[in-house]
Amino acid sequence: MCRVVDLRQAVLAKNDASAHQLRAHLAARGTAVVNLLSSPGSGKTALLERELLRARQRSVPVAALSADLATENDAARLARSGVPVKQVLTDGLCHLEAGMLAGHLDGWLPDDTRLLFVENVGNLVCPASYDLGETLRVTLASVTEGEDKPLKYPTAFGLAHLVVVTKTDIAEAVEFDEAAFRANVEQVNPGVEVVLTSARRGQGTGVLLDRAMAAADGVPVHSPVMARQSHHHGHTHADNGHTHAHPEATGPMAHTHP
Amino acid sequence: MHEMSVALAVVDQVTEAATRAGDVTAVRSVRLQVGELAGVVPEALAFSFELACAGTLLEGAELVTEAVPGRARCTPCAHEWAVGMPPRLTCSGCGGTHTELLTGRELQIVDVHWEDGGPTHAPTREPISEER
Repeated sequence: MCRVVDLRQAVLAKNDASAHQLRAHLAARGTAVVNLLSSPGSGKTALLERELLRARQRSVPVAALSADLATENDAARLARSGVPVKQVLTDGLCHLEAGMLAGHLDGWLPDDTRLLFVENVGNLVCPASYDLGETLRVTLASVTEGEDKPLKYPTAFGLAHLVVVTKTDIAEAVEFDEAAFRANVEQVNPGVEVVLTSARRGQGTGVLLDRAMAAADGVPVHSPVMARQSHHHGHTHADNGHTHAHPEATGPMAHTHP
Repeated sequence: MHEMSVALAVVDQVTEAATRAGDVTAVRSVRLQVGELAGVVPEALAFSFELACAGTLLEGAELVTEAVPGRARCTPCAHEWAVGMPPRLTCSGCGGTHTELLTGRELQIVDVHWEDGGPTHAPTREPISEER
């Protein structure tokens, strides 16, 4: 016979469960993940090179994992800092998922790692939906990308714990309107900190590392409005953040929902 | 275009639920709630869903998507508004930033329409009282 069965399951419940598990597993060994999201060419790698060098100078054990569709160029650049670096090729997949990340860390990530920087696939759409078990999510935009970037990609900017502007050394040449950019960020993510950086001139170098260290030390990170939807269905939902999902406990017969 | 990953996750979860139920012979339709701020394009999802269903128990199943508009509420002044796209998450009444998002981030399988082996299994569908 034909019947309608209530499932009430978050579509990304499995990823959320993997992310939750990975976050707990890494926290237990003292490692925090920083998830870096941006468009291709925003200067993630250049900024990260600076931050990794700074971390090394401060004797903070860090590592970096870079995800790209193809080539190992980014990893080669990051490796110059002398910290452990791994390149992940997604073979065309537009984003990383928590389970994939966990697989790549297994057997590679040094035990004493305090911070793991994950350079997500250059894309402001798809990676935004996937919690990787990060403690700090950072969304970057370069001054060349236009002040309305946060409005065009509201999920990526709306779920960020920190927003970083890159390439400020050419801000004047491209007539970057900082006030408009800040207002647009505020519209989709009220209260989030915006940091201005120039990897070339060294402006803002170390701020990302400071924020990451603070988050790793347990200082509460910014709580984006978009990650704070009030829920009426208990624990089956797809939000990024500090909630759990239990796909194994949900099902057509497992629960009754109010 | 992560809609293919989303579609595969839907097929995976429905297949698991059907396997648990034991005697499902075909899935006719799947109803999804997709929030305005979920970051998923319904048309791309529908396209991917058809491909993801091929060769599974869901082959030929219809995907019914319910769009959920984004709504927010200002905690201090209690003003409620439709956030729109791009969303405005600061209060349109008092300009405040202590906003609660009420709806819009949903990406959820609501229910599934399937064919099974008949009423003999009805007793097993009693809810297990895990929550209350």
